[in-house]
Amino acid sequence: MSNYETVFILNPVLSEDQAKDAVEKFKKVLTKDKAEVINVEQWGLKKMAYPIQNKSTGFYNLIEFATENTGIINTLETEFRRDESVMRFLTTVLDKHAIAYNARRRKGEFNRNKKTTTTTKTTTKKREGAEA
Amino acid sequence: MTLMNEPIKRAEVKPKYCRFKKNGIKYIDYKDPDFLLKFINEQGKILPRRLTGTSWKFQNKVAQAVKRARHIAILPYLADQMK
Repeated sequence: MSNYETVFILNPVLSEDQAKDAVEKFKKVLTKDKAEVINVEQWGLKKMAYPIQNKSTGFYNLIEFATENTGIINTLETEFRRDESVMRFLTTVLDKHAIAYNARRRKGEFNRNKKTTTTTKTTTKKREGAEA
Repeated sequence: MTLMNEPIKRAEVKPKYCRFKKNGIKYIDYKDPDFLLKFINEQGKILPRRLTGTSWKFQNKVAQAVKRARHIAILPYLADQMK
């Protein structure tokens, strides 16, 4: 049993509902072959670092899943290739450190921590300044 | 006497260290562009170990993460001025 993670970029021409449907479609491909979907993230419309198919933005999506059947990755990737709305995809195996990292990431430990710490610090500084 | 070489201040040369070993970071996320930005120059090239001080083990992981990030268009393959 190993965990995998796949990131794929959908065409920005799609509407948000169509993008959601596409994600559901790929989720079904996984669940049909008895893979356990652990996490699904939609990062929304993001600007890309370089244009792909003459488009500068794309819908980023992430699916994390666990399976014993490695053939499922081939079926998933052929689905990606067949679907014209998928502009890029990347599937990676997760080692034990990556699994631990993703578990923490799911709880939102990284982004929230950064934001809250920075905001609290600035507010305390301001208060100190006001008192002085 | 005027031609004597100035002594090199050895204390000013800080020893390099691997930030991953020091901070106990075990996994490098390819989805985090802000972190990976520390390991590339303004052209988008991966910085060598002799500049960043990263150990061999983690330099390979950094390189792998940067290459993955490039594939999914999180980092550019080539850039003029990134920073």
